Amino acid sequence: MTATRRPYKRWHWLVYLLLVIASVFFLIPAYLVIITSLKEPASINLSTTWQLPERWYWQSFAEAWTAFAPKLRNSFTLTFFATIISALMGSMNGYVLSKWRFRGANIVFPIMLFGMFIPYQSILIPLFQFMRSIGLYGSIAGLILTHVVYGLPITTLIFRNYYAEIPDEMLDAGKIDGAGFFGLYSRVLFPLSLPGFVVVIIWQFTQIWNEFLFAVTLTRTDSQPITVALAQLAGGEAVKWNLPMAGAILAALPTLLVYILLGRFFIRGLLAGSVKG
Amino acid sequence: MKLNRDRITALLMLLPSLILLGIFVYGFIGQTAYTSLTDWGRDPAQALALHPEIRFTGFETYKELFTGLIDVRFRQDLVNTFFFTLFFIAGCLGLGLGLAILLDQNIVGEGIFRTIFLFPMALSFIVTGTVWRWLLQPRGGINVLPTLVGLEPLEFRWLTSRRQILQFNWQDLPFFTGLLIAIILLWFMVTAIRKSKWRRVGVAGFSFLLVTVWTFTGARQVELLPYPEIHGFNLAFMGIILAAVWQMSGYTMALYLAGLRGVSEGLREAARVDGASEWQVYRLVILPLVQPITLSAMIILGHISLKIFDLIFAMAGADNATTDVPALLMYLTTFRANQFAKGAAIAMVLLIMVAAVIIPYLWSSLRSEVKQ
Repeated sequence: MTATRRPYKRWHWLVYLLLVIASVFFLIPAYLVIITSLKEPASINLSTTWQLPERWYWQSFAEAWTAFAPKLRNSFTLTFFATIISALMGSMNGYVLSKWRFRGANIVFPIMLFGMFIPYQSILIPLFQFMRSIGLYGSIAGLILTHVVYGLPITTLIFRNYYAEIPDEMLDAGKIDGAGFFGLYSRVLFPLSLPGFVVVIIWQFTQIWNEFLFAVTLTRTDSQPITVALAQLAGGEAVKWNLPMAGAILAALPTLLVYILLGRFFIRGLLAGSVKG
Repeated sequence: MKLNRDRITALLMLLPSLILLGIFVYGFIGQTAYTSLTDWGRDPAQALALHPEIRFTGFETYKELFTGLIDVRFRQDLVNTFFFTLFFIAGCLGLGLGLAILLDQNIVGEGIFRTIFLFPMALSFIVTGTVWRWLLQPRGGINVLPTLVGLEPLEFRWLTSRRQILQFNWQDLPFFTGLLIAIILLWFMVTAIRKSKWRRVGVAGFSFLLVTVWTFTGARQVELLPYPEIHGFNLAFMGIILAAVWQMSGYTMALYLAGLRGVSEGLREAARVDGASEWQVYRLVILPLVQPITLSAMIILGHISLKIFDLIFAMAGADNATTDVPALLMYLTTFRANQFAKGAAIAMVLLIMVAAVIIPYLWSSLRSEVKQ
């Protein structure tokens, strides 16, 4: 396909120029974060914002790490369990909705799907009361439950669309062999699900790691995930900027690594979010 | 009969999710809706009581929000959301489409550029907000960039500026709303004429006339407020729009790029053979084909921007009055001021706005799926 496309040499330099300008726009904040995080607090000065540090100063990362290590651990626990549970449930839902279509499935599915678009403010007060009444307010378990439930629409959607691509004939063969509901899932569908799981897990991991509204309403200091801790640290007025910047890097690193290493799957999750994919 | 038992198993396996979503989404929305119709939290003592005595007050809270004296902040927040959504979507679509077209030119290093444009999507809005807060410091960051080439520094106070443009009077809201609806109906009519769907032309044309007449007569009579109240676009939002576009335009780029790649090379070649310039190939052949993507992107971005919360929280703080939106106001009203009924009412307004965008979208995209 590349060979057939005619390159328009005359304009190519302009295309590259524009792309480089755009890249600078996208990378400028990254540059600024990195250099600020490596400056000595005393030398951080609004007028020398753009200059490289005179001497590399790694202490901010050590400090940020001390402050954030427990929060990072909270985020990992939260993200790990919420991602796995919502992915497994989504896989089962997707299997039912694509291969065991029942009457009314066309109504049930959009009703489930709507849950991923709602502004969560509209359920926040009852959710808060509910968590308090079952004793999970302020705990990571409560936050996990919340993320599992509100993650179900998107995981169900991705798996449903993924399983819809798998021909029914493959299941028919299994049925002839006498496999039932679970047999078909474990022997036919699940072994083929790996790419689907990768997409869903990456998506959920990124979403839950980055989430803020539930985290800020449902946790206490000791169960805070990293996003809440970072917002608090940076939100203070008399703040030296090296620390929030180092903290921002620590908070961004896990999802950024996943994106760089598994970008292809990340983009697939991204496009799946627009419903039809 | 084994198949039948399997069918029941299938339903049973779906049931936990249905129950959870039923409670957590629809049950909770119902509860919020009910709360918004009460007076819970109007009186601080009642808000914090263990067993508060809550009275049903109907739509009183909503009426206050839209026409009450003290809730002027909510109305400005609605205006803020409107302008934010408008400029955010325009920015993301423009930049996203531009980048997608550039990347579609068969260039070397496409993968690297794509990675650069999309990486902000992997970040939390909190990280983005923290970083841009630093970039937009009044005496640093972007404002001192001109000094690097020997110019004067900028003086603009990105996040706290009190300047407001595009101002209008809240009393004129019915008039402007009518005008907007009339324009949309007119647009429906014009597209229907082009497609020669005469019944639709009739309906749209008639509604257009009706709305126009009302806009210029009845709308002037509606009195929302007894006094003029000026609202407009807070310039303090420009920085937030900039950061939001920085974060989300890669997403529109990815959507458009997937669409552009779907346009076959044969079709492009055919247009070129017919003598179309490269510019015309895009304008006349490719862009009409990616039109549906623009609509999906607008809806996805629109519902994100109506709900925007974390980014502003991290960039400007929850209390910064000039960069407030209903999503933030709901949080403050509920969890700091303990005015639960009012918080619930703001949340319901937010939900209705999002639903108005999302439900038609879900409906049409799932219907077209069934057709396939």
